[in-house]
Amino acid sequence: MKKLLSIFAVVAFAFSAHAGTLDDVKNRGFLKCGVTTGLAGFAAPDDSGEWAGLDADMCRAVAVAVFGDRSKVEFITTTGKSRFPTLASGEVDMLARNTTWTISRDVNLGFEFVGVNFYDGQGFMVPSALGVSSATELDGATVCIQTGTTTELNLADFFRLNGISYEALPIETNDEGKENLFAGRCDVYTTDASGLSSTRAAASNPDKWVVLPEIISKEPLGPLVRHGDHQWGDVVRWSLNAMIIAEELGITSENVDAQMSSNVPEVLRLLGVEGNYGEMLELSNDWAYQIIKQIGNYSESYEANVGPDTPLEIARGLNALWTQGGILYAPPFR
Amino acid sequence: MSEMNEVRKPPVATTGIIGWLRINLFFNWTNSLITLFVVYCLYQFIPWILDWTIFSADFKYNYLGEQITNQEMCSRNLDPENGGACWAVIYVRFYQFIYGFYPKVEVWRVNLAYIMLAFALLPLLYTKLPYRKYFLYFTYIFPVIAYFLLNGGLGFTEVSTNKWGGLLVTLVLGCTGIALAFPIGIMLALGRRSKLPVISMMCTLFIEFIRGVPLITLLFFGMVMLPLFLPEGIDMDGLVRVLVAVTLFQSAYMAEVIRGGLQAIPPGQYEAAKSLGMSYWRMNLLIILPQAIRISIPPIVNTSIGLFKDTTLVIIVGILDLLGIGRGTLADTNWLGLSYEIYFFVSLVFFIFTFGMSRYSLYLEKKLKTGINMGAD
Repeated sequence: MKKLLSIFAVVAFAFSAHAGTLDDVKNRGFLKCGVTTGLAGFAAPDDSGEWAGLDADMCRAVAVAVFGDRSKVEFITTTGKSRFPTLASGEVDMLARNTTWTISRDVNLGFEFVGVNFYDGQGFMVPSALGVSSATELDGATVCIQTGTTTELNLADFFRLNGISYEALPIETNDEGKENLFAGRCDVYTTDASGLSSTRAAASNPDKWVVLPEIISKEPLGPLVRHGDHQWGDVVRWSLNAMIIAEELGITSENVDAQMSSNVPEVLRLLGVEGNYGEMLELSNDWAYQIIKQIGNYSESYEANVGPDTPLEIARGLNALWTQGGILYAPPFR
Repeated sequence: MSEMNEVRKPPVATTGIIGWLRINLFFNWTNSLITLFVVYCLYQFIPWILDWTIFSADFKYNYLGEQITNQEMCSRNLDPENGGACWAVIYVRFYQFIYGFYPKVEVWRVNLAYIMLAFALLPLLYTKLPYRKYFLYFTYIFPVIAYFLLNGGLGFTEVSTNKWGGLLVTLVLGCTGIALAFPIGIMLALGRRSKLPVISMMCTLFIEFIRGVPLITLLFFGMVMLPLFLPEGIDMDGLVRVLVAVTLFQSAYMAEVIRGGLQAIPPGQYEAAKSLGMSYWRMNLLIILPQAIRISIPPIVNTSIGLFKDTTLVIIVGILDLLGIGRGTLADTNWLGLSYEIYFFVSLVFFIFTFGMSRYSLYLEKKLKTGINMGAD
């Protein structure tokens, strides 16, 4: 019976023109968004079972753009290994799963990274008692390092470039790194800066640990979609950009209604008062208004999930707007 | 006469508590040393673990009397000197641990399924149950009821398996895997011993292939490769794909366990059955399998417990079982750093289930053995 059904489906599929992802999502009535199985600040279930975090907000923003309703999203949990096949097979419409944008993933795996929602990079964490203020002073240190990762190679490069030596203590998981560092079996723990922040926040006394200023690798994390469906890619790309532009223009979830009568042309274009940019994307004209109203601008999402006021205490750094010393930059909305 | 036949009591040193202690704990000096060492370890460990898990622990409120809503409010984070475990995280997240993300309005369906599962298991576990026959009918239709109850259909709103999680997923995977693998395993075991070369070769090939591959690989195959083979638009549910993988894996192991039992049956039993004119199926169903399965109870329970614990591997394909929910909780910025509590709780739940299974198998062995002896009288 099942086989028969699938044969029918193949025939039906062959005769029907393939609709785009946007139409699929609209017909289904909700967005399927791939997230992590739990990463502090990026995507994790809260006490009521709602997914929260920077990546979860990204999913919700796209759902709001399409449906005007932040609840019209189903979160599919994926692991580092299952995320790409899950996207490729069409089981999710997009991934927002702190995935580093690299050339091989973009080109060879057949995905399209539509932007960057968090600039991460490999950093170092040491006990403050060590009295070190820069990673270049770490000569002879024992470093906890996850084996078989790019972090391992970056570490070797960095120490060789600076002409200093280190002793590696190989570990498998982030938890293991944390335990080893806290127990004093290694002097330094190195992984992505966001991971270091969550490790530090989990310590019984976070002030005893410092994250050193050096960032030794580029890890631009962003949402991605399948190759070839540019219309859908545009929807996801501009959902992210709308949040960044909203921050540039000073529009927040609180003042967005007042901004509807602003006299700044770009604000009016973004909020759908002027122009028909929503139509171009085959969305309603107030799609960006709804994103800002229901999710907030980039800064609001950042501050609520990973910012200095959260236990993660990640400063804006590279993730500040280009006008404020960071590299966050969205193309103009016109 | 009576004073001549006076019964002499055994020496004091071999009876009572003192005797027991002497024989079991202080038989010779190595024995005594080991006993003292173990007692010392327990003395060091037990008060500490009791203090940490119960006496100094927070259950809902911290030592200031405030209700705990994040890890910073746990007594042990406010004052490392006098705080123990912070069970509040389990209290706050209990719903998620048990039901995952199942909608709250529909959760009665899961509860009903849990209760019905207990009723369905009752006639299997307890053979002296009154009206056992009718209960057994219920057991047979229970999987169908549970399917519609949990998944939806027949007037129930559909709840996508993405929303299932926690203990619900662990139990669905464990129960379905064990229940389905048992009949499949029997067929495979019989098939492997079949005299028809095609059947025996196919069964052997299947068993050896599945057994030669780690469960993780099978899970990946189910999760990642299967959808690539299916045409686009055919959506095979993620949980179903994992269930297929788990069942295949378990049935291969079950087949080998039962084959072990089959091989222990003396050839006389086969010959006796055949000489009575029994067909292949009658012989196996009435004579061979009941004996073979009885012998295989300990290894059957062994592999079942193994499978129950192996279900935690589904985290790798992105399904949040009990352990997965625990890890997800650890990633919530409100509850960072409470890994001891969460892993302790998850292990405790697993222990309760696996210990229950192992005690039940002991009871079953005892019961079946007496049954046979009474028959022989």
